[in-house]
Amino acid sequence: MASNEMKILSPTAILGYGFPEESFALGLQRKPDVIAVDAGSSDPGPYYLGAGVSFTDRSAVMRDLTIILKAARDLDIPVLVGSAGGSGASPHLAWTLDIVKEVCVSIGYHAKVAAIDADVPRSTALDALSKGTLTGVIPEQETVEKAIAESTYIVGQMGEEPLIAALDSGARVVVAGRCYDPAVFAALPILEGFDRGLALHLGKILECAAIAALPGSGSDCMMGTLAADYFVLEPTSPSRVCTITSVAAHTLYEKSDPYFLPGPGGHLDLTETRFEQLDARRVKVSGSRFVPSDGYRIKLEGARKVGYRTVSIAGVRDPVFISRIDEILAGVRARVADNFSHVAADAYSLLFHVYGKNGVMGALEPVRNPAPHELGIVIEAVAQTQDLANTICSFTRSTALHFGYEGRVSTAGNLAFPYSPSDFKGGEVYEFSLYHLLEVADPTSLFPIRTFVVGDAR
Amino acid sequence: MIRLVDVATVIRSKNAGPYELTLDVIFKDSTWFRRARDRAWINEELIARLYGVPRSDVFAVIPFEPANAIKATIRRPRVSAAIGETDVYGAQQHAPLLSLEFDDVEQG
Repeated sequence: MASNEMKILSPTAILGYGFPEESFALGLQRKPDVIAVDAGSSDPGPYYLGAGVSFTDRSAVMRDLTIILKAARDLDIPVLVGSAGGSGASPHLAWTLDIVKEVCVSIGYHAKVAAIDADVPRSTALDALSKGTLTGVIPEQETVEKAIAESTYIVGQMGEEPLIAALDSGARVVVAGRCYDPAVFAALPILEGFDRGLALHLGKILECAAIAALPGSGSDCMMGTLAADYFVLEPTSPSRVCTITSVAAHTLYEKSDPYFLPGPGGHLDLTETRFEQLDARRVKVSGSRFVPSDGYRIKLEGARKVGYRTVSIAGVRDPVFISRIDEILAGVRARVADNFSHVAADAYSLLFHVYGKNGVMGALEPVRNPAPHELGIVIEAVAQTQDLANTICSFTRSTALHFGYEGRVSTAGNLAFPYSPSDFKGGEVYEFSLYHLLEVADPTSLFPIRTFVVGDAR
Repeated sequence: MIRLVDVATVIRSKNAGPYELTLDVIFKDSTWFRRARDRAWINEELIARLYGVPRSDVFAVIPFEPANAIKATIRRPRVSAAIGETDVYGAQQHAPLLSLEFDDVEQG
């Protein structure tokens, strides 16, 4: 082991979510050995993976990367970015690399960059399916073959191994496609001989930066210090602290079982983990273990296009309409179906989201008889073409506006529209198509590394 | 009656991947956490009833002592962002927990 301690600075929960420059500067004063940042999540939904666009903003990512890369240049330390562009497929990686190149030129940072692809070719997935090395995380996924064929992008969540290979090749800026979130934080420590379980558990907390602090924030910095048999967390901003509860609570976040955290090649076992309050601002964690699995499995994510969306937003204030909302919407739906009986029933979906009733929780809503004085209605049409979605949404909106119902007194119109135009094209609609595990013989084989030099003045 | 909102500091929901919804209750202190855990205030049957889902769709209720927390995970009735789904991040599905009350008399 090169030294007995390693400091890892996590500036922000998602690249592009920002961080205060003062906090970041305080982090740099502590001389971090590496800056790592997670850029991705599947939380914003399947659109971003399927369409190949980032859910973060280019200018915001450029701002964060400018500050991070300047610091990396000045301190001569490596930078790792994981799940580039949010979803980590080839267009997201290219988008991020383009920003990295622009920043490096503008700040005059002559750097060796490694780009790691995370795209899984359809042929690889189909081949694994036929060999039985591709399995569903959620069992009842039918027609996996069809899902593979229809997915616009399929990515695999790489572990730390490809990132270590990139660092080993001398890269100072590593930009990776889809990653297991902790991997960018754990790669350098594992390369330097630190414990894999502690490094990955630390990474699990650092990937959300100061969300594990009090008060929590997704746009402020967290410093992790890793030693041989423990790690310490401390927010760099003096206005935040880490407490046992804030750190332990983060271990729960977005996980189904806090003691058993599966990842590439094994799982983290936290049954023996101890959290200790060192002082008012720092928490020490020890006892976390990595348990390798039989066989190395990579999680695959895929998304496919299911149509096009148009929505219209309206409010209702009439008490009679509100009391009869279910039968009125059923009547409107029947009128639409009748009017477009020449259109195949499966060519479109018509949905009403009724806010004030069950718009947020849908089928999970336990309140059966709400008594709201107003309702918000989102009329949603998803169809095989944008034109058909527009047609269904428009016709539904005009039908609902003038629909006659029993007891009606407000005969001039049923809906209050906040906007003109009243209808909005949502464009392409995607759904998650794959959430599977792929068994591989070599943790790096799916993730090719390209290295090149950026920041040449000319 | 003990109201959950009076003894918990965090009551939240979130996706655990696009197919699962996870519910976290973090108690004020270890005393309340242990009482809730030992008396099984939050259990599979309660979660199934509260959310109107089959018992088999409640995957686990797990106490996590370091955080004074109890976690329950259910199958999402619709996958995140599937057509007709209403909460892409799953961040606003905690509300039914807020009205929980427990008829739990302190014993001897």
